[in-house]
Amino acid sequence: MAKITFITTENERITLESTSGSVMQLAVDNDVKGIDGNCGGVCSCATCHVHVAEDFMPKVGPAGEIEMDMLEFEDGFDDFSRLCCQIEISEELDGLVLKVAQ
Amino acid sequence: MSQQTTADKVCVVIGASHGGVNFAFALRREGWEGSIIIYDSDPELPYHRPPLSKAYLASDDSLDQHLLRSAASYEKENIKLRLGVKVEKIERSAKAVILNNTKQQRYDKLVLATGARPLLPPIEGIEANAKVLYLRNASDAAGIRAALAASKQKNVAVIGGGYIGLEAAASLNKLGASITLFECEDRLLSRVTAPAVSDFFHKLHTQKGVNILTNKRVDAIRSADETQTIVCNDGTQYLADFVVIGVGIRLNLELALAAKLETGDGIIVNPQAQTNDSDIYAIGDCTYHYNPHYDRHMRLESVQNAVDQGKIAAQNIMGKAVAYDALPWFWSDQYDIKLQMVGLSQGYDEVLVRREANADSSFSVWYFKGTQLLAVDAINFAKAYVLGTRFIKAGTQVDKAKLVDPSEAFKPQNLALSEA
Repeated sequence: MAKITFITTENERITLESTSGSVMQLAVDNDVKGIDGNCGGVCSCATCHVHVAEDFMPKVGPAGEIEMDMLEFEDGFDDFSRLCCQIEISEELDGLVLKVAQ
Repeated sequence: MSQQTTADKVCVVIGASHGGVNFAFALRREGWEGSIIIYDSDPELPYHRPPLSKAYLASDDSLDQHLLRSAASYEKENIKLRLGVKVEKIERSAKAVILNNTKQQRYDKLVLATGARPLLPPIEGIEANAKVLYLRNASDAAGIRAALAASKQKNVAVIGGGYIGLEAAASLNKLGASITLFECEDRLLSRVTAPAVSDFFHKLHTQKGVNILTNKRVDAIRSADETQTIVCNDGTQYLADFVVIGVGIRLNLELALAAKLETGDGIIVNPQAQTNDSDIYAIGDCTYHYNPHYDRHMRLESVQNAVDQGKIAAQNIMGKAVAYDALPWFWSDQYDIKLQMVGLSQGYDEVLVRREANADSSFSVWYFKGTQLLAVDAINFAKAYVLGTRFIKAGTQVDKAKLVDPSEAFKPQNLALSEA
């Protein structure tokens, strides 16, 4: 079980629990504002951009190649940017905090 | 409509796909307190449609892996799903829908997200032939999987060289099928892309072993024993165990027509996604709507349009005067190639191809009308898709000479002439 906290652009904190699946699907299933996941998680739409809390970056890991291409010219892109459809939930991510991108 | 007044109201949605489902959640988020009921004749919990010709078709994934939302999320937001229920009629004067179990449900607001169904081309022998399959619903995809599993030779004929046909060919190829693809135009994807993209996909599929036949019109399909004979207008014949047809769609307009809503090439809606009946909205593939980016009315078959119109309808029902102003985008996955498209290329007078140095299968195609960038197709090069989106939205003029020069850095500052 991993507890994952989303901080929306309106500064709402939403903490959710799950054991598997993508972080995007968890957010969509719980209507986290700003995470749309329109392409269903195939890294095609960039509607699930989040910023990973710095201390969790080693556990979450960097963006993949296509993902990085999708992110690089996005507004608000930084070293902690990820598309959360590409982050798989595991116990290791318990306590993860993600800021939904603007 | 203020929040205080919606508690005893009923919003009925017809169609539980990308448009209808995203609308329902958006309406709840916007503050609708009354009932939300979604009807669909499809019995499955609402699912993503794009994977049906891609990952879902090419694997033994269960549909649960491709749901739009979990079952619990509908309960949490009190959105009632009435699946396997067909809406037979809309009674506008009574503000009610009549269901196939003869019951009726009144509505205060009604949203038509009725989508489309596969177009049946004028090919002799396709009706009442169980070996001729189409691809629109989850059950269609499951049927194609089952047909391949049951076929002895694994010979499959695919009719139609658009996205559905090509994606189905790629997925079935992955499953070991031997495929012949019939396209009546002189190139693949002729309706939607420039020749450079058509050529690329023609070569890709050929390399993977798909037999692509262009300028090939199928006249008839004759069924005998376990074999289908595909008869073309040039007299040639081909054999297959089964046939998949993907030649476009027919809109589901029957309910709107019977209710005398204004229709043209789709249900006509205003920029608020509203029909000529102020209590009835329409969203997604079935709508004929205005797009301000291209200053014309159009119909779009895409997830983007369904989702964005759903959000617009929800906001307007809740009293926010918001107009549809979305830039169209699409994607297609075939083998290990990702094609991403932004904008609409119709009306282009110049096509520029940018090939990336040291990457054979990464390139982008840029469609211009004069200096105006209309659309970008990005093949295994998501950066071009993202940058194209940014340039089109901002009306940025592109430095065409730099664009086609692979030694020029692919950076916004370097490729932009001016921000409009």
